[in-house]
Amino acid sequence: MDLSFSEKDFMFREEVREFIRTEYPGDLRRKMKQGKEFAKEDFLCWQRVLYNKGWAAPSWPVEYGGTGWSATQRYIFQEELGQAATLNILPFGLKMLAPVLMAYGSDYQKGYFLPRILTGQDWWCQGYSEPGAGSDLASLRTSAVKDGDEYVVNGSKTWTSFAQWADWIFCLVRTNSMVKKQAGISFLLIDMKTPGITVRPIITIDGMHEVNEVFFDNVRVPIKNRVGEENMGWTYAKTLLSHERTGTAEVPRSKYGITSLKKNARKHISNGKSLLEDEYLSNKLAQLEIDLLALEYSDLRVLSDDFLGKKGTGAEPSILKIKGSEIQQRVTELALEITGYAGFSSLGGPLPMESNAYPTGPGFGFGAGSEYFNMRKSTIYGGSNEIQRNIIAKTVLGL
Amino acid sequence: MDISIAIEDVLFREEVRDFIQEHYPSYLHDKIAKSEELTKEDFLVWHRILHKKGWIAPSWPKEYGGPGWTSVQRFIFNEELSAAGAITTMPFSLTMLAPVLMQYGNEKQREYFLPRILSGEDWWCQGYSEPGAGSDLASLRMPAVRDGDDYVVNGSKTWTTFAQFADWIFCLVRTNSDGKKQMGISFLLIDMKTPGITVRPIRTLDGGYDINEVHFENVRVPIENLVGEENFGWTYAKALLSHERGGIADVARSEVAIKALRKIATTELSDGGPLIENTIFSKKIAELEIDLLALKYLELRAVFNEKSDDLGPNVSILKLKGSEVQQRIGELRLEAVGYYGFPFKYGPQTSNTAIFPVGPSYTQFAGPSYFNLRKTTIYGGSSEIQRGIVAKSVLGL
Amino acid sequence: MDFSFSEEQELYRATVSRFIQNQYGLEARQKIVNSDLGMSRENWQQFADLGLLAIPFAEEYGGLEGSAVDTMVVMEEFGRGLVIEPYFETVIFSGGILSIGGSNEQKQQYIPRIISGECIFATAFAESQSRYNLADIKTTAKVRNGGFILNGKKSVVWAGPWADYLIVTARTSGSQFDEKGVSLFLVDKNSEGISLKNYPTIDGGRASEISFENVELSDESLLGHIDDGFDLLEAAVDRARAAICAEAVGAMKALHETTLDYVKLREQFGVPIGNFQVIQHRMVDMLIAYEEAVSITYMATLHLDHPVEERQKSVSAAKAKIGQSARYIGQEAVQIHGGMGMTDELNVGHYFKRLTMIDVSLGNQDYHVRRFADLTQ
Ligand SMILES: Cc1cc2nc3c(=O)[nH]c(=O)nc-3n(C[C@H](O)[C@H](O)[C@H](O)COP(=O)(O)OP(=O)(O)OC[C@H]3O[C@@H](n4cnc5c(N)ncnc54)[C@H](O)[C@@H]3O)c2cc1C
Ligand SMILES: Cc1cc2nc3c(=O)[nH]c(=O)nc-3n(C[C@H](O)[C@H](O)[C@H](O)COP(=O)(O)OP(=O)(O)OC[C@H]3O[C@@H](n4cnc5c(N)ncnc54)[C@H](O)[C@@H]3O)c2cc1C
Repeated sequence: MDLSFSEKDFMFREEVREFIRTEYPGDLRRKMKQGKEFAKEDFLCWQRVLYNKGWAAPSWPVEYGGTGWSATQRYIFQEELGQAATLNILPFGLKMLAPVLMAYGSDYQKGYFLPRILTGQDWWCQGYSEPGAGSDLASLRTSAVKDGDEYVVNGSKTWTSFAQWADWIFCLVRTNSMVKKQAGISFLLIDMKTPGITVRPIITIDGMHEVNEVFFDNVRVPIKNRVGEENMGWTYAKTLLSHERTGTAEVPRSKYGITSLKKNARKHISNGKSLLEDEYLSNKLAQLEIDLLALEYSDLRVLSDDFLGKKGTGAEPSILKIKGSEIQQRVTELALEITGYAGFSSLGGPLPMESNAYPTGPGFGFGAGSEYFNMRKSTIYGGSNEIQRNIIAKTVLGL
Repeated sequence: MDISIAIEDVLFREEVRDFIQEHYPSYLHDKIAKSEELTKEDFLVWHRILHKKGWIAPSWPKEYGGPGWTSVQRFIFNEELSAAGAITTMPFSLTMLAPVLMQYGNEKQREYFLPRILSGEDWWCQGYSEPGAGSDLASLRMPAVRDGDDYVVNGSKTWTTFAQFADWIFCLVRTNSDGKKQMGISFLLIDMKTPGITVRPIRTLDGGYDINEVHFENVRVPIENLVGEENFGWTYAKALLSHERGGIADVARSEVAIKALRKIATTELSDGGPLIENTIFSKKIAELEIDLLALKYLELRAVFNEKSDDLGPNVSILKLKGSEVQQRIGELRLEAVGYYGFPFKYGPQTSNTAIFPVGPSYTQFAGPSYFNLRKTTIYGGSSEIQRGIVAKSVLGL
Repeated sequence: MDFSFSEEQELYRATVSRFIQNQYGLEARQKIVNSDLGMSRENWQQFADLGLLAIPFAEEYGGLEGSAVDTMVVMEEFGRGLVIEPYFETVIFSGGILSIGGSNEQKQQYIPRIISGECIFATAFAESQSRYNLADIKTTAKVRNGGFILNGKKSVVWAGPWADYLIVTARTSGSQFDEKGVSLFLVDKNSEGISLKNYPTIDGGRASEISFENVELSDESLLGHIDDGFDLLEAAVDRARAAICAEAVGAMKALHETTLDYVKLREQFGVPIGNFQVIQHRMVDMLIAYEEAVSITYMATLHLDHPVEERQKSVSAAKAKIGQSARYIGQEAVQIHGGMGMTDELNVGHYFKRLTMIDVSLGNQDYHVRRFADLTQ
């Protein structure tokens, strides 16, 4: 047992730090500070910077443009991005679709789509959930019927994050309804510009537009855009879910969250004392930080088992996800608590880009309300925490 | 809406308070304060005093010897007993068995047993649970087979509280094992002196001894001790479960316990000052008091609800929250005594040299009672079962 | 970064685990608990023969130069077995103070006798008013020619009844709460003026109230420097805290396993109670609490030799977390066992009691959350 990083890892960390310090767009840093909304172009801008450095896809194999880093290096990279509170590159193309294409896609699909994912040329969104199929995803019903060289797709997807910006959507669709529900699902890549697709925004409780409904009305999709075999889509989608063993916990982001909580609490004066001197509040902060430490070391343990090639039970991501999401929620909860009344003012979400208004109340309070409400999502999506518990009960406990 | 109390009720409260003050045996206070083990006689002393006054069975109809109080009076009476820290009266006979006998017992049973319950002459215990039948009580298996004018009972009951003191046990037994499991259960009254009954004590983790296994080997029970009809015992037992009114949440006892806890925390030191001045500890007490206050109003709403005399699913909610509050008080009490939670009065009797209490006298109760209170979310229908009931009956799930 | 155990550590684990499986079932354990002495001298000798008592000590005194991870492994297994014998008190806690602060002569004199199993140590640090404040000390040691005179009372001294020697914290200067002025003494329990009241503890052990009345101590009994014993004490206490965290981890593991077996076996309503989702999710939450406890215990153990503040912070994080998970897992295990969880006859209640008292020991959850907050904010 040994906690230390190797000399090489230390140097790597320095390199990453230096890169972020010099290359992360100052514009984005300012926007974050001012609590402004991020635009599609912001995400793309940061991705291009990473791409130019060759760091856009740390977990991809080198042949496709990955970095060839060790698991520790990838961990360090994530840690540094989190600590620097850089903009989160969205996972749909890079982390969700790409591994499926690499494993099951045709040569054409790999050759055409992967480079465009890497550069950010195509924005992908994920079309899995439907109004009637959430936790029970396999019960999905959007149908794809073969007609010549095409599938004709009808139905609707929902909760589709950032569909409003997407060039493409990867969808699970039903190609056979006579068999076991898992056995009749196919994996399709659909151009969002195809006629028959409409996107309807859904405004969430934090006042933001992040998710959408996507309707398909006789949308024609070329068969060459089917990934792998027909009716095998469920298998492909499932392997994708177990791809990331660590990182689901979002430890670095929460660390940053706690650091700024402390900074803000120190600045906030109440009854002549800084909030950090308030014993209740500082206790809550300490408890949160302790829980995060436990999570961090769980994350590291999973990582280290990886090193030794030991196979875990497969449920580690579920454990990390449950704890990680709870902690993320608690961070935003405390942020709102620290903000006090000023939390009201930010219920409408971050200021629109074109706004030149200043937030009311202390600057740090800005967005606290919005973020608190927004973060309720973390225990719902990506497999709700209840579903994660079911998975653990079954796979680890044999219940 | 109005939370003031009628003048008669205020006067009634005074009367109860005065009576308790005057007549409650003070030696019992000492014993409880020193957490000495209570004997059967200790329970009976107070029982007899209340009996003499005519107050032993507040919920009984007048014809059987009840005081004829309103539900509010009964509530007040309970509150005052709790506030005085009085020893509890035995629920098994007074509030569990008696209503069943009144409703389903025959003339002879009522005439014989009820007065003896009232006077405390018979001590009853409850023989429901079996090793294989806890939450799923209806799956009980202890058979009672007809043989002439007797039932012959074989099998065992478990977790039987105070069976070691009992003169009688009321049992659910299986008289028919065909068909639905609820349908073949009968309600029997069994004399504990009958040959074939053995009682084996079960020591609990807190070192205490309240519960037992009761084994029955060819125990002959006269048919006249069957309550109601054969195979209808389940219905009778269930009716009984909803009888208990008020006091389920034990709010008044918890209020007293919190007061005592505050006193402990005023005596105990932390960094040289009273523990009660420790911000975090005092916050925990405050949170507990707030929850208790909410519970109190939940109980008041249920008790003072004129529309219905049936507490219904409120019973489950009151029991759930009440037991949790009790457990948290126990938890804080253990926290308050710090290292003096360690000395164990009920530990092995060896040639130890220490005389208990090792620390201040209130400390020796803290450890055992914390562990003992874990029972409150298990017995009388576990918290999980209570939630199941609420989900079904209130939420329609 | 590497969380694997060395071959040697795996060997320790296997050794202790075998001992517990073969010789320390609940029945055997309860027999020891209920015996007049309350521990087993035979077991203690066996620990010596197995080399367990030598693990953390330096080679020059006959030790094995083991690391904190080595003793962590042993403590974990002892936790699984609910071992009563005073390994923690003698080897980890008092042994830790000796190793960190003892003079060469003191180590020469005592460590080999600990290793051989010949003598048992207890640390007398708590007083009736002190709660978790290690500097809240009224016991005094006054300087007298060539030595000290010790007066005062110590409370709840674990393993006191069994000890041959006591390490006692006393004030040589300063006032009641000062860290400066705390000194440590190694005292022969049979010295004149020492009297003990022994009693069983609720978690199956034994402890003593000890009073010191004009106990004469020689200069050689001082451990470390006069008036400057506090840092030494705290360093050893932090190591002891990490070690009982490991013990708790072992106990939690056993308790979770036992409960898991039970929910698969116990049937109500015609199915194993483990079929109810309410029970399943709680078994999962207990598992997660256990895994968190493991992670944070490793973290603390691996930081014991880091700079003081980091050590303190890590240890407090762990002890706070352990207090929380131990309570959670203990309470849930009893609840899920129903009536069976309340009996003295099942190991469930015994694990629960030990876990509860581990939270109380050397600072409970609240104390350590506060200490962590003070160190990090
Ligand atoms: C902000 C946000 C962004 C999202 N982005 C996307 C996206 O880009 N693409 C996409 O495809 N989807 C997306 N989702 C959808 C997300 O995956 C689903 O919300 C999730 O799978 C839950 O499904 P549901 O909302 O239908 O809830 P339901 O499945 O209806 O669940 C309702 C509640 O019941 C519980 N429950 C369900 N089944 C069980 C069970 N067996 N046992 C116990 N409890 C159970 C759930 O845990 C939940 O608490 C997003 C969701 C959110 C909130
Ligand atoms: C101190 C004490 C005194 C007692 N006194 C008496 C007495 O005098 N007379 C008497 O007859 N009995 C008595 N009991 C027994 C008591 O009623 C039972 O313990 C209780 O009914 C629970 O049954 P069990 O112990 O068999 O637990 P089980 O029924 O085996 O339950 C084990 C666990 O599973 C849970 N569980 C069970 N079913 C479900 C479900 N459907 N959904 C979710 N969770 C479930 C339970 O809540 C519990 O957590 C006493 C018990 C105790 C602890």
